[in-house]
Amino acid sequence: MNDTAKADKLVSMREAIATYVRDGCSLAMEGFTGFICFAAGHEIIRQRRRDLTLIRMTPDLIYDQMIAAGTAKKLIFSYTGNPGVGSLYCIRRAVEKDIPLPLELEEYSHYGLVGRYAAGAARLPFFPLRSYIGSDMLEANPLIKVIDEPYGTGKIAVVPPLNPDVAILHAQRADRHGNTQLWGLLGMQKEVAFASKHVIVVVEEVVDESVIRADPNRTLIPGLIVNAVVHQPYGAHPSYVQGYYDRDNESYLTWDKLSQDHAAVVAWLDEWVYGLENHAAYVKKIGQAYLDKLKPEPLLAQSVDYGRYR
Amino acid sequence: MSDPAYTASEMMIVVAARALKSARAVFVGVGLPNIACNLARHTIAPDMELIYESGVYGARPERLPLSIGDPTLVSGALSVVSMADLFGLYLQRGLVEIALLGGAQVDRYGNLNSTVIGDYAKPKTRLPGSGGACEIATNAQRTFMIMRLKRRAFVEKLDFVTSPGHLTGGDSRARLGLPGGGPELMITDKGILNFDNPEREMQLSALYPGVAMNDVQAEVGWPLKLAKKIEEVTVPSLEELRLIREELDPNGMYR
Repeated sequence: MNDTAKADKLVSMREAIATYVRDGCSLAMEGFTGFICFAAGHEIIRQRRRDLTLIRMTPDLIYDQMIAAGTAKKLIFSYTGNPGVGSLYCIRRAVEKDIPLPLELEEYSHYGLVGRYAAGAARLPFFPLRSYIGSDMLEANPLIKVIDEPYGTGKIAVVPPLNPDVAILHAQRADRHGNTQLWGLLGMQKEVAFASKHVIVVVEEVVDESVIRADPNRTLIPGLIVNAVVHQPYGAHPSYVQGYYDRDNESYLTWDKLSQDHAAVVAWLDEWVYGLENHAAYVKKIGQAYLDKLKPEPLLAQSVDYGRYR
Repeated sequence: MSDPAYTASEMMIVVAARALKSARAVFVGVGLPNIACNLARHTIAPDMELIYESGVYGARPERLPLSIGDPTLVSGALSVVSMADLFGLYLQRGLVEIALLGGAQVDRYGNLNSTVIGDYAKPKTRLPGSGGACEIATNAQRTFMIMRLKRRAFVEKLDFVTSPGHLTGGDSRARLGLPGGGPELMITDKGILNFDNPEREMQLSALYPGVAMNDVQAEVGWPLKLAKKIEEVTVPSLEELRLIREELDPNGMYR
């Protein structure tokens, strides 16, 4: 892949989405509860992408919004709730009432979808796991199979590899080549990045390569597999970025109420997505004073000594 | 409740916390289970470590987590790992002693539904789905369930089996080769049920003060088995209530 060669990959969100997220493609925007790149989701809505296969373990508000905006035809997931709050009403409306469009579901448990990413990442033909036996999920999704253990007498469930066309992953920092460091919940981002055909990383800070090299254990995604780096402060709002800002729970509670009515969702999209040029405008509209209140107190780790060997 | 000094939720939290006595590694969900685990850690299980499916081992949350992926679970934890490692190395490896689960529907064998009400292909209500519940129910050494007693939740037949309990009862779970022991306790807002019989069928084993047996049966969609002896549960102590109200849930979100 020429476009992952070592180069300055820093681009605008608009350019990254226009280049890599095409109508009809499969897209994994991951991050478990935190690191959810709303900035990218909103740009995809703004560019009016259609017929996407959206993949996320927990679709969260971002896919609720993207599905309400009509970008998706299919959802691959393992838990479709508003975390800690309740339902995702736009997804429910699509599934239960075809509003605004019908939505095909492909459903796993968490470990099953993690396993699909892991098999995709290592280019393996399947991933075995102790789950599903005795559950109706086997019938609901024929891609989950039960096979004889090759080295034993029992049965084991397997899931197929998953290789999304595009992954969009948010993190604290990366260098301009895409070497990306993340701390906090590691989720499944590493597996998703290695599984996907194209990778866009979106970061709070772009740092010099020397910063990455000073702490190599913290590098989750190597620039080797990254196509584009987008610098987007507060790009994960209203979800959180460990150490940078907390989840804006008020937004999650507000969404719980307004998303129960499709017309209110359409009005929200007009005001907060279509009506804004980009994420910088979104941040400005929210206001720095409000965002400052989401900043946690510092809690620093002790630095470690890697040693210099020469 | 006849005793206004505590709520049904507080009673459930206290009962769950007491059941976690001496546990070392407990798999936690948000809401009531989370408060119960933290209460247990402050009272009878000081060495207990909390495991969250988001990839956290040994969490020491400084606030009531808003979700199982709350950043407060990371800060001060013993270890944060990928979800592949959490499910593979902690859960499937057999390190989870007790898991706390719930669902929209449960049947007499402790099988849980958190997927759909109605038909799967065209559901009346689309619920969140498994999350980690299916593999947690499969692999945890022991499973405790926490649910409010309601006739639409305690049903004769599930609309969908998301997470396996004792399946069709008896030794059906072991025959299918599921590693974990399956459901042991159902903690409700009116009393406690267990599965201590050869059929592995839910049976009433304890009532909360002021609750009659009929109050429980009225909310269960099948003729409920009774344990040989029905205990009466001791009311929450002042210290248990103080911990819940002042430290674990000061805003009363789960009151």
